[in-house]
Amino acid sequence: MLFFGYTQCPDACPTALARAAEVRKQLGSDGDKVQVVFVTLDPERDTDVLMREYTSAFDPSFLGLRGDQAATRKVAEEFRVFYQRVPSGSSYTLDHSVLNYVFDPKGRLRLLWRPDETAVQCVSDLRILMKSERPFWRFFS
Amino acid sequence: MKSKILVSAFLLVAAGVVDAQVTVSDAWVRATVPAQRATAAFMQIVATDGARLISASSPVAGTTEIHEMAMVDGVMKMRAIPGLDLPAGKTVVLSPGSYHVMLLDLKAPIRVGDAVPLSLVFESPDKRRTTMELKAPVRALTDASGGHRQP
Repeated sequence: MLFFGYTQCPDACPTALARAAEVRKQLGSDGDKVQVVFVTLDPERDTDVLMREYTSAFDPSFLGLRGDQAATRKVAEEFRVFYQRVPSGSSYTLDHSVLNYVFDPKGRLRLLWRPDETAVQCVSDLRILMKSERPFWRFFS
Repeated sequence: MKSKILVSAFLLVAAGVVDAQVTVSDAWVRATVPAQRATAAFMQIVATDGARLISASSPVAGTTEIHEMAMVDGVMKMRAIPGLDLPAGKTVVLSPGSYHVMLLDLKAPIRVGDAVPLSLVFESPDKRRTTMELKAPVRALTDASGGHRQP
């Protein structure tokens, strides 16, 4: 599960991370098959230490990724993530798209979740995906 | 016994009321991890005769702003706004997905169990300004219920 955001976002980002943590919990032992990756779009303010503290507050298994400005721009373009810095009040905020990507172990993009999809809906999606990924000889077991 | 209940009810109301016409309820602040320098306060505000929230401040933050969030075509946008109109008698909800009081340049981490002091400045329709002091309890960083909790 992959998504993009920034830690100063008090709203969409913690909600998405909390949902991801809830999804892993609800999956039980299958939760270990899910790797959550949170990529910062604000590498200037989201330091390595902050990313580590922030992601592990939700779930110690979560990975926070941070590049420099150029690498961030490149990866966002690759994943068609829109973001832009907007001056606001005393500093700046980021406008950013909020879709959550789900890749299978072969690296194929399988799902896109909107922020309003619930943890229960996400778990149901993942269960269907995991079932379809089982090898044929285990299909009837 | 009855009078005791009445007294405590009065004290409870007095905590969040200015001139008996602006009421703030369910205020809370999102906890932070140590390296984080920003967080937000959420609450519900009712101004009986209408008012405007024109500023906020807190001793825990170097800078405090009133922010609006909006989802436009799948893009989350956050902006500082000069003030927040409180139409008469209407409950204005500051929650994830709408408005919040942004606390920036935090002086220390915000921890669950703390209560964050907030000063809110309201302007009445006749331009009178009043300040309300309150203490907002801290909820976990991972709290996801805010956006969906019913008033």
